[in-house]
Amino acid sequence: MYAFDYHRPTSARQAADLASQFEDMKFLAGGHTLLPTMKMRLAGPTNLVDLGQIAELRGIERSGDTLSIGAMTKHAEVAHSADVRQAIPALAELAEVIGDPHVRNRGTMGGSVANNDPSADYPAACLALNATIVTDRREIAADDFFQGIFTTALDEGEIITRIAFPVPSQAAYAKFRNPASRYALVGVFVARFADGVRMAVTGAGSNGVFRMPEMEQALAQNFAPEALNGIAAPEDEMNSDIHADAAYRAHLVGVMTRRAVQAAASRS
Amino acid sequence: MATVSLTVNGQSVTADVDPRTLLVQFLRDNLRLTGTHVGCDTSQCGACVVHLNGEAVKSCTTLAVQADAGVVTTIEGLAQGGELHPMQAAFREHHGLQCGYCTPGMIMSAVDIVNRKGPDLDEQTIRAELEGNLCRCTGYHNIVKAVAAGAQAMAEAPLQQAAE
Ligand SMILES: Cc1cc2nc3c(=O)[nH]c(=O)nc-3n(C[C@H](O)[C@H](O)[C@H](O)COP(=O)(O)OP(=O)(O)OC[C@H]3O[C@@H](n4cnc5c(N)ncnc54)[C@H](O)[C@@H]3O)c2cc1C
Ligand code: FES
Ligand code: FES
Repeated sequence: MYAFDYHRPTSARQAADLASQFEDMKFLAGGHTLLPTMKMRLAGPTNLVDLGQIAELRGIERSGDTLSIGAMTKHAEVAHSADVRQAIPALAELAEVIGDPHVRNRGTMGGSVANNDPSADYPAACLALNATIVTDRREIAADDFFQGIFTTALDEGEIITRIAFPVPSQAAYAKFRNPASRYALVGVFVARFADGVRMAVTGAGSNGVFRMPEMEQALAQNFAPEALNGIAAPEDEMNSDIHADAAYRAHLVGVMTRRAVQAAASRS
Repeated sequence: MATVSLTVNGQSVTADVDPRTLLVQFLRDNLRLTGTHVGCDTSQCGACVVHLNGEAVKSCTTLAVQADAGVVTTIEGLAQGGELHPMQAAFREHHGLQCGYCTPGMIMSAVDIVNRKGPDLDEQTIRAELEGNLCRCTGYHNIVKAVAAGAQAMAEAPLQQAAE
């Protein structure tokens, strides 16, 4: 790991001020993406601004039809939160299958969303639930936030503070895990709202997390796995690697979407 | 340099470290607590698992400065007065190790599982909870048996559990 200077602000304001002072700076959240990358010397920021002591970035709150989760909330906290289990059980279940117990004890929602790994789980939940990514500067709709592999709408030095999720009437996440890495080979989040259905796919797309409007419309008509008959994910837009080729991933999108719909529909 | 103050296995330690020092390096190199192992450079194997503020974490993927003011328990902190912790004893009894490289991480994870889920653990739960710990030798069967037995033994030895 290359050397860096370490800073530990106690407010988002301080963190933003620090960030604006340094050219080659990175925020440190749970560190479970950033530190492995730095150990490999694939990243070498000269300054690390640790968000770990900023109380305002933590906490889970339900108010009306919105569940708001602080950026520094760890995966294990989301998995075990009574509020999350009650409002959006699918989100707690998603958090529970991220990595392994140790990863879940350190990794954070904000870090995962900011990173936008094409195989990460939370981006699918944010996009399917029509979440709002709240930063220290503005509010960004998930549809505008995720802009392709490891790319987001975040500007330099911008801090995610919270993520606000509209509470759906029914939702589920179906994940086909890569048995070695635990990341999603394909993961599909389906959410049903009073005014329609949204779904999002992670792991599969060559351009990162994506929605399939054709499936959403079919599911809005009939919220059942059969509604998806005849609709396939476009193979030429799927990722292909040693773990699975594009045809296999495209097929899995159909399978995992059906499973998610089935699980969501059986929820009261 | 940055200053780190920690409680490690019940003892307070303060040291000046290079900020890039990983918690595992701090434990092994500064404190000479070499029971915590490093088995990979991809944060996947779990040989480095310790408890930080009561939670099992990978010390190879945590900076020492991130743990500042925290309470750390390593494998060296489990045995009390020369007597093995019930989970350690169970690993010995049930042949839950061969080369032993993964064992400190396995045992720290196992104790964490019992702390979270109680002493009655079925095989499926143990296997799922050990997902972050890899073993190249045993094929896991005896590890699973050891964890189940160790969990029961921990329930019967409340004093030792409290000491941890
Ligand atoms: C063994 C292993 C298995 C894993 N398996 C999975 C899995 O199955 N599914 C999955 O989704 N993920 C998985 N992960 C990734 C894990 O969830 C990471 O913790 C997560 O992606 C990043 O979160 P973090 O808090 O660790 O962020 P960090 O690593 O600290 O930061 C990641 C990036 O986000 C930036 N950042 C962090 N917080 C903010 C913020 N609030 N505002 C702006 N920028 C910010 C940082 O500057 C950095 O660039 C795994 C990781 C490991 C090591
Ligand atoms: S050394 Fe392998 S996970 Fe820490
Ligand atoms: S006993 Fe050798 S790696 Fe587990």
